[in-house]
Parts: sequence; structure tokens; C-alpha cells
Amino acid sequence: MPVIRFLDVHKSYRVDGKDIPALQPFSLDIVDGEVFGIIGHSGAGKSTLIRLINLLERPSGGRILIGDTEMTALPEPALRAQRRRIGMIFQHFNLLASQTVADNVAFPLRLAGERDAAKIRARVAELLARVGLDEHAGKYPSQLSGGQKQRVGIARALANRPEILLCDEATSALDPQTTASVLDLLAAINRELKLTIVLITHEMDVVRRICDRVAVLDAGRIVESGTVADVFLHPRHATTRRFVAEALPEEAATAQAPAVVGRVMRLTFRGATTLQPVLSRVMREHGVDFNLLAGRIDRIKDLPYGQLTLTLDGAGSDAALAALRQAGIEIEEVAA
Amino acid sequence: MTLSPLQSLFPNIDDWGELGRACIDTLLMLGGSLTLTVLIGLPLGVLLYLTGKGQLRAMPRLYGSISLLVNVLRSVPFIILMIVLMPVTYALVGTKLGVRGAIPPLVIGAAPFFARLVETALREVQKGVIEAAQAMGASTWQIVRHVLLPEARAGIAAGITVTAIALVGYTAMGGAIGSGGLGDLAYRYGYLSYESDYMVVTVALLVVLVQLLQMLGDRIVARYKRH
Repeated sequence: MPVIRFLDVHKSYRVDGKDIPALQPFSLDIVDGEVFGIIGHSGAGKSTLIRLINLLERPSGGRILIGDTEMTALPEPALRAQRRRIGMIFQHFNLLASQTVADNVAFPLRLAGERDAAKIRARVAELLARVGLDEHAGKYPSQLSGGQKQRVGIARALANRPEILLCDEATSALDPQTTASVLDLLAAINRELKLTIVLITHEMDVVRRICDRVAVLDAGRIVESGTVADVFLHPRHATTRRFVAEALPEEAATAQAPAVVGRVMRLTFRGATTLQPVLSRVMREHGVDFNLLAGRIDRIKDLPYGQLTLTLDGAGSDAALAALRQAGIEIEEVAA
Repeated sequence: MTLSPLQSLFPNIDDWGELGRACIDTLLMLGGSLTLTVLIGLPLGVLLYLTGKGQLRAMPRLYGSISLLVNVLRSVPFIILMIVLMPVTYALVGTKLGVRGAIPPLVIGAAPFFARLVETALREVQKGVIEAAQAMGASTWQIVRHVLLPEARAGIAAGITVTAIALVGYTAMGGAIGSGGLGDLAYRYGYLSYESDYMVVTVALLVVLVQLLQMLGDRIVARYKRH
């Protein structure tokens, strides 16, 4: 069931009396409980798009629905109440420097009108335990590392038990190791709290690790969208290809492989077939020789996948490819 | 009567009691005007900030008008402002003289100055923190109360310090037209009657006062800035 719906939404900014388009008209459904990624280069419009969800940015046209509520039709006080159902975390954390960790996490509770100090204390303790910061309640943000600050941001965003969590480049300011641990935390929250997560990023690796579906944004237009496995394994648009290539640097080298003999094919294994010796069995049965040019075996979120680029030589090539297709392996011919 | 060290140092000061009363008058003028300046200047500064271009409640016309008024009040030299404001002062407090008569012009002179300092301090608050509060469903008032003012408190404390010191200078100028205090003493005895002892002592007292204010202010700013 869609929890966030964009219906024919577009956005432009007025600069010096001229309308500068930021997002071309688009419609998009984000489903309850999924992790939805929006990937794009800076200036592609992704930070505008994510802010349309809680109406930090108002669309120039179209409608935005959260559940059954039409956000774009709400008066200011009702909109503020709706925003409490949507948590948000930021690239630069945006914590209150003058307040302790505990007070930062308590802030949304107080904003929502909670006055009972004991209740606030209990909820803050629960949240800090959830993000693994129980020992830092009395510290100030300046005393924390980047990863810890983002954990405070996550605890704060979860305080009012939102149904949706928006992540605005949440890991872009973190080192790779910290990024991994923050992404693991977000994935766990998505699983355990059945929370819908929408994230924007410029890193395909973030999408690969935790997203279920992805939309690729290029110059204000959604150029490609679908499940992460489909988009990642078979990118169609040039921008998507570039993002995928950035995540798989060795793949780009294939094109320069010297003196290739025979047909170059890319085989994509998904799920269970990745873990079975299908390739060697089929090649043996059809008496085909192959030479591996490039390849990797990894995971897309929880889905194991393999992608191998190889050359085939021998009379049984076509039959072998047909048999591989039969076994559920996706095959494309790559221009040598 | 035995001579105290001070009396032997400044033999020409014959009424130490008068000096003490002048000190108290200066402190009263400073305390009263600083309190009112903060009470008026702080909301005015917040208003300037909020209605400024690209801010939470951007209102270019309102901002332009307040800004102009603030600039006009700031560009009139204080001594002139005091004289111009005399009818207003009389209407407000029933006298143009003494501590009471000094406070309205002091406040009208210092509040716009302080408001600008508040506006500048608020602009230093990261936009992202304000956006985060908006995303949490905070109203503009909640953002002012719980985000802007706490986050800008070091800058505001520094602004209060600078304003207090400017007010010390203003109170001394007020002495010239009958507001009393140390400035009045320095002017009447030190300038008009060539009694340099009075001049030296009042100037020394003013220097000490300014030093104390600066030290106190710096301490508060440093404490707020630690986090």
C-alpha cells in the first residue's frame, strides 16, 4: 500500500522574476515499510524532492499524500501535527549545540506538548539505548564523533514514533566504517519498527546496501526507477550506469580488455542460483570453453548476486546460453 | 578628622559623599537602561531577524521600515538624541533631569543598537538546526524560544556586554545636560571648574566599571561557548 504518493508534482523556484524548474512533473508511490532510495548528483533536485514529503518545500503544482492525508491541502497547524509523524535526519546532523544529548532527543517530545518529566526521561533512555548511546546522555554534541551525532539525530527523529523516516544524505559526512554502522542501524529500524524510510544520496553503495527500490534523478527528472536489483544489475540510463560504475570500479575496466576472442557475454545470477555450480555444469555438458574477464559476487541488501563477464568459444555456445537462461540466469551480450 | 589615603591623594575633593551618590546614580542609570534596552531590543532584534530576506517570516516592507527606524535612531549622536527627545522624556517620566530623566533617551538610543546585535547573533544560528525544528513540527514561536535564543545565547551575551559598555559612555554624556552621575561630576567640577582631582577619580571609576562589565560579559560568553 502506498504510504507516500506524489501525484503529478512539480517544483520550480522563482529567482529574479524567472521560474527556474527544480523538478519536472512526476508521480511516484512509496510503499509502506520499504526503504526507498533517491539517487542523484548534487543539483539534480533530490534534496528538494525529499523536502516535499514533509512540505519543508511546497510544490509548485500537484498533490502529495501521506496515507490518506493530503499534505498540500493542510493549514499550518494541522501540517505541524502531521510533521510529527515524519522523522528526519540530516547530513550535518543539525543538533542543538547548546543542549545535551538527552535534551536533544527530548526536544521533539517537548515540542509535541509532553510535560511529564518522568515520561520524557523514560522515552529518552529507551531511544538512546536503541541507538547505542545510553552512556552519552549528559554530553554535548561537540563532544561526540560524527557517527555518534548521527545516532543522536536518529534517536531524535524516532522520538514521536513516526511512520516515515526521511534521511537527507545521512551518511555523506561520515567515513566508510561509520557509514556502514549507521546504515545497519537504519536497516534494523526499518525491520523492527516497520518504518518506511526514504533516503537521498549520491552514493550507489548506500542504495545497494539498504534500499528495496530506487529512483534515479537527473536534472530534475526521474530517469529510471525500480527494484534496486533491477536498476543495479541492468541500468538503462546513462546516469544510472555512471552511478553503478562508481560503485563497481573494476567493471569499467572490462571494456579495455585486450584482444578478446569470441563473444563477450554478461551473466547475472540472482538469489539462489548465485550459490549453485550452474555455470560449470552447463559448460561441461555442452563442451564449451569460457574465459572469465571480470566479475563479482556480492549482495544487494539481502539478495546474493553474481555478475560475470566472460568470452565463449565453441560450437555449443548457443545451446549453452539457452541452458543457462533456462536455469534462470540473465544474459546480455556486451559489445567487445 | 584623620585623613584617609584617598583623601591625602586627592586633597581637592571635599565631598566624597557626593562622589558616592554620583556612583550610585550611574549604576542606577546603567542598570535601569540596560534592563529596558534588553527588554525592548531583544524582541526587536528577533523581529528584524524573522522578517529579514529569506527568513522564517520574511516581510520585506516591515523589515524595511523597522530597519530604517533603527538606522535613523543609531545615526543621531546621543547627545543630540537626548536633547531632541526631551519632550518625549518629560511625557514619559515627568522630568527631564536626574536618573529618571536619563533613562528614556538611554533606552531609545541603545535599544536599536542592541537589536542589530541580536539580529546578527541570530543569523549565526545554523539554518539546518532551524530546518530540523521545522521538520519536527515546531511553530515559529517554538523555534524562537527553543532554538534561536538558546543557540545564539553566546552572541546575545556578547551583545549585552557591548551595549552595557556603550551605555556607560552614554550616561556620562547625559551628565552634560543634567542627568547626574559620574559624567555630571566630571563635567561640572573637572571641566567647568578645572578641578582635575574630580576628573581623575571619575575617569578612574568609569574605567573600573567598564573593565568589570567586560570581564563579567567575557566570562558568561565563554561559558556558553564551551558547547
